[in-house]
Amino acid sequence: MKHTLVATMADGPAVLNRVVSLFRQRGFAIDSLTIGKTHEPHVMRLTMVVDGSKTAVEQVVKQLYKVIEVRKVSDLTDDQTVERELALIKVTSKTSALRAEILQMVDVYRARVVDIAMGSLTVEVTGPADKIDSMVSMLRPYGIKEMVRTGLVAMARGVTAGQEKGREALRLREVS
Amino acid sequence: MRLNGSQILSRSLHEEGVEVIFGIPGGTIMPLYDELHKHPMRHLLVRHEQAAAHMADCYARVKRDVGVCMGTSGPGATNLVTGILNAHMDSSPIVAITVNVPSTMIGTDGFQEADISGITIPVTKQNYFVRNTRDLAKVVKDAFFIARSGRPGPVHIDIPKDVLLNEVEYHVPGPVDLPGFQPNYEGSMVQIRKAARLIEHAKRPVIIAGQGVLISQATEELIAFAEKTNIPVINTLLGLSSFPASHPLYNGWPGMHGYVHSSYSLDRSDLIVGIGNRFDDRFCGKFSAFAPKAKIVHIDIDPAEVGKNVRVDVPIVGDVKRVLTKLTPEIGECESHDEWFAQIAEWKREFPLKQYTDDTPDLYTPQIINALYKATNGEALIVADVGQHQMFAAQYYRFDEPRMFQTSGGLGTMGYSLPGAIGAQCARPDKEVWAIAGDGCFQMNLQELAVLTQERIPVKIAVVNNGYLGMVRQWQQLFWAGNYQHVDLSGTPDYVKLADAYGIPGWRVSAPGDVKAAIDAARAHPGPALIEFRVFREENVFPMVPSGAALSEVIPDTPYVPAAVPTPVPVAAASSAAPTPITAQGGTR
Repeated sequence: MKHTLVATMADGPAVLNRVVSLFRQRGFAIDSLTIGKTHEPHVMRLTMVVDGSKTAVEQVVKQLYKVIEVRKVSDLTDDQTVERELALIKVTSKTSALRAEILQMVDVYRARVVDIAMGSLTVEVTGPADKIDSMVSMLRPYGIKEMVRTGLVAMARGVTAGQEKGREALRLREVS
Repeated sequence: MRLNGSQILSRSLHEEGVEVIFGIPGGTIMPLYDELHKHPMRHLLVRHEQAAAHMADCYARVKRDVGVCMGTSGPGATNLVTGILNAHMDSSPIVAITVNVPSTMIGTDGFQEADISGITIPVTKQNYFVRNTRDLAKVVKDAFFIARSGRPGPVHIDIPKDVLLNEVEYHVPGPVDLPGFQPNYEGSMVQIRKAARLIEHAKRPVIIAGQGVLISQATEELIAFAEKTNIPVINTLLGLSSFPASHPLYNGWPGMHGYVHSSYSLDRSDLIVGIGNRFDDRFCGKFSAFAPKAKIVHIDIDPAEVGKNVRVDVPIVGDVKRVLTKLTPEIGECESHDEWFAQIAEWKREFPLKQYTDDTPDLYTPQIINALYKATNGEALIVADVGQHQMFAAQYYRFDEPRMFQTSGGLGTMGYSLPGAIGAQCARPDKEVWAIAGDGCFQMNLQELAVLTQERIPVKIAVVNNGYLGMVRQWQQLFWAGNYQHVDLSGTPDYVKLADAYGIPGWRVSAPGDVKAAIDAARAHPGPALIEFRVFREENVFPMVPSGAALSEVIPDTPYVPAAVPTPVPVAAASSAAPTPITAQGGTR
């Protein structure tokens, strides 16, 4: 099953390399991976979607903790989360009728048109991964010329924020 | 105070308590060598960087401190990699230092440039590429801290040449602050109590003592724990010597070539207390069939080892010594284990190690190890290489003092023993150190004989020569229908002459009756010495758990099966006076 892991880590030129190397070395498949800054200086946040059994993902978390720069790893899979991904999709729209259809769809998905040209228009859509999957499948018949997705970012919802798994979970399991 | 990078690095190494450095200079590392000799640290000039890493690794294991090795850029750096991974697999704390091309050349494929910090990411606990001289002192401090704390491991520091040359204002680095590196040493009391209850109620318990016991220096605590609970103690290969072999509770070591009774005890046990071990595949056999009736308590400082290979019922993450200190007093009265001990004794009687009389026509490795054990009174520090002789050494030598057996366990690096023994001897100058190597292994790092001579290191070397890559040949014989492919090492040198070429006295033995005299002669010689033992060419190691089989399927012994191909003529006799040119086939010499 798919797991959403969030890791915070000290920034540095080799950290991302180290994390990716670890996944390759241990044979863990990554569906998506995003990295970006956080509110704390010199702390980066990594969101990963990995596919694997519960025990395999537990191993991922433990191995991630062995990376010296990694401070905290959370498995958000079972938590209440806000998940977002952004996609830019350039769709063929040769006629005004087609263009109108696409614009209607853009409206339904609460997406936006960010560029329009002769024969194509570019749509920006944000949301959980399945919403984007759905929009992509609706647009595909019109002819997608180009597409890019950022990969998922996720955050636990307010009340449950701070329910870190991983190292914490290990401690908790020991205590219980 | 203004210092350049070399001065800061040398000073930092000295401040970390470094006494010995193993290395070899080259183009980019020269600024460091220009400075290093001004500091009170011994430097051993190796002949190949891989050996430097092995020396630092074995030094670290024996000394229980960080070992340091260094090399220049490019090939100097990449040559270290095998040794670094070896240290990584066996949790050995080393700091490997390499100097890269100047910053302005980095990324230009400059002469002798290698992306060594990219290469060492998966083989180190942590690595650094130092961009600024200002960071150097802090990096060294962090590196040593990381190498020796928690589960020890190798740390690599790569420094561009100009960073060594630049001068900066030197500041003593502050305390180590690594929020992402907080090993848990204590162990949870709740878990410890759970383990205590399991131990009290177990009827057929077994303790596994791994290398963690040695790293944590917890032999005393382990003995107290075993004696209080009256539980037999099994070692892992790297855990050998963590529990005295002469202790009545000592129960051998199991696994691929371990004792039958040890494998059977694990297989039939109802409780396993793993202490500082990692349930490796050579030890466990088939994971899914490992100790089917046992509950498992696992004490280890590395949470990633808990539940990695086998299911664990009570994980205790912590330092072995501290956990044992808390665990032993928590345990009340235990069940009687009399029946269990009787069963183990029966297995021991039924499946003893094979013993040879002294009058066999051929020489067998157990005869050598037994003689060595007797001659050294079991007190030598043994560094075994990798293969059949390694298994024989572990089976027949018995260790009573901690850290007296060293070998490449996880990585199985052929060529470990000679450099390893040099490192071990540097750590324990008071000890008699023996490197035991097969002829295949010995040829992988024999260039280090020069270090023995140059540095007057009195390591004794036993080359167990069967003219084969013995373990591979054994597998080809047993599992590949005797199809011997490229295992015949005919063409190997005359080891006695080879030693002589390095100024090291050598003896050659091919009869069991001559073993003792040669060992005595080598021991009596004050400096390094070498004995070449010509053993029976197709000797096999048993017991054996075939790859992928369960411990219960251990094969105690098998009658000798002649090879499908004829055995080549053995190498020339010791007495051959005039050297014969080596033929293309290498059959004569």
